[in-house]
Amino acid sequence: MNPALIIIFGTILFSALLGVYAGRRVPMNLENWTVGGRRFGVLLIWLLMAGEIYTTFTFLGASGWAYSKGAPAFYILIYGTLAYTLSFFILPALWRVGKKHGLHTQPDYFIHRYGSRALGVFVALIGVVSIIPYLELQLAGLGFIVNVASRGAISASLAILISFVLTCAFVLTSGIKGAAWVAVVKDVLMLLAVGVVGIGVPLIYFGGFGKMFRALNLKFPGHLIFPGATGHMDVVWVMSTCLLTGLGFYMWPHMFGAAFSAKSAETIKRNAIIMPFYQIPTLLVFLVGFTALLVIPGLSNPDTSFLALVNKTYPSWFVGFVGAAGAVTAMVPSAVLVLFAATLLAKNVYQTGFNPKAGERRVLGLSRILVLVIMVAALLLTMFFPNELVYLLIFGYDGVSQLFPGVVLGLFWKRVTGKAVGVGLVAGVATVVGLIVTRHDPFFGLNAGFVGLAVNGLLAVGLSLATSRNAAVSPAGPAHSLKGGRP
Amino acid sequence: MRKGTRLAVMLAAIPFLTLVFALPFVNRLKPMILGLPFLLFWILAWVALTPAILYLAYRLEKKYNPPKDESGR
Repeated sequence: MNPALIIIFGTILFSALLGVYAGRRVPMNLENWTVGGRRFGVLLIWLLMAGEIYTTFTFLGASGWAYSKGAPAFYILIYGTLAYTLSFFILPALWRVGKKHGLHTQPDYFIHRYGSRALGVFVALIGVVSIIPYLELQLAGLGFIVNVASRGAISASLAILISFVLTCAFVLTSGIKGAAWVAVVKDVLMLLAVGVVGIGVPLIYFGGFGKMFRALNLKFPGHLIFPGATGHMDVVWVMSTCLLTGLGFYMWPHMFGAAFSAKSAETIKRNAIIMPFYQIPTLLVFLVGFTALLVIPGLSNPDTSFLALVNKTYPSWFVGFVGAAGAVTAMVPSAVLVLFAATLLAKNVYQTGFNPKAGERRVLGLSRILVLVIMVAALLLTMFFPNELVYLLIFGYDGVSQLFPGVVLGLFWKRVTGKAVGVGLVAGVATVVGLIVTRHDPFFGLNAGFVGLAVNGLLAVGLSLATSRNAAVSPAGPAHSLKGGRP
Repeated sequence: MRKGTRLAVMLAAIPFLTLVFALPFVNRLKPMILGLPFLLFWILAWVALTPAILYLAYRLEKKYNPPKDESGR
């Protein structure tokens, strides 16, 4: 047995045990399962959110984009920063509503704010449909990383299967707290791996990243400015994609839910200030992708560039270490994604939509069963419908971003109505699906999700203005008062 | 909108202006700064400055928005 295997499996097992251990003596109810009893401080929230954000995509997709597309990859540095800036205002307000009314999930918020169960079910379904490809992406990434890092000794399917069982174990026993604890391991390993490789490879092959960039520019002129090596990812595409993904970022049900697990609004606000520092590892990943383009050009799958270069440069035990970091980096977001997808289905589709009388224990029990069902579904999708990594992520973003007007207008604008938000949401999703299916993405250079969001937001604002003005004129008077009520 | 909030929103507009709307003007390779292509340098500089901007916004909110209720603080 080679050292890489021992390192990979030792790490995965240790992480899962830590995750299970995190849940000891925690009585499991919906509050602890989804939001960790709202007790996480700045550090744990930071680690949990970073754990959710910096996924296998950071390892594979980001270096793959730097390698194959060049400058358009920089959008990853930008949209996160925009999202953190927005979160400074949105999340503390959201946290207060969540705390006051005991909300656990994103559809809970919509149901509370707009008083519409139908809207809640629809929001839950958008969340689940967006999460599944994201989860599939994590599993596929994990299988791939372990397979390469073990130099083929472990098949991708076996790696996925083992980590799938272990991830389910700590999700089922510890809920969100298990994921937060495993995130600590993940962060330390990932920062070490990315730090060593990101600083190391430009130094080893070129004597520094400055020389590497000059060499890259000589060999591939235009790679380091938009649209890089692509034809269609020019400045307008980058701008619209950054805005779309920046707005959509905290609309992911798991990111939204993580905000509720903070212990105070102050915690979540301080967290927003320090989040941008976590963009630095992404830069290091880009440096690896760029170096790989010069050292090992012509890879058929650019997503392999990070690992291929690590494999070429470092001894096998270190490759195993990178593989271990990559595997845990997939397990944390997988855990949170599957937890929230299951809770959305159990609480906001089953309970809200079909059986409002279902008790909490029943909802929690169903959530746990659905964790297994969703994991198996993602597993099958990964094995039978593998796809290129980042496109799945962008499609998911197109969907969840459509929730932005409903959340933000709901928090900060009294006049917005549930009907207007519902119509905007349906129109936005229809626009996105329409543009993608008819192959009009990008649409005149704009990201399709961005076009959908514009349609959606205009409808939500316009219809709210129109209907609440009519209502104000009507003699019935209080007919326009909000059903859900504002906190 | 209270004064602290207004100032914070104005500060928060800076990353959007520099990292999105300024992109057409900084999409260039030269001058290379600290070994980085200018476009990448520009993006990194504003990403790194954003925590400072948000911290300033946080202080201004504290200064000008006296807390109304302590719940959730």
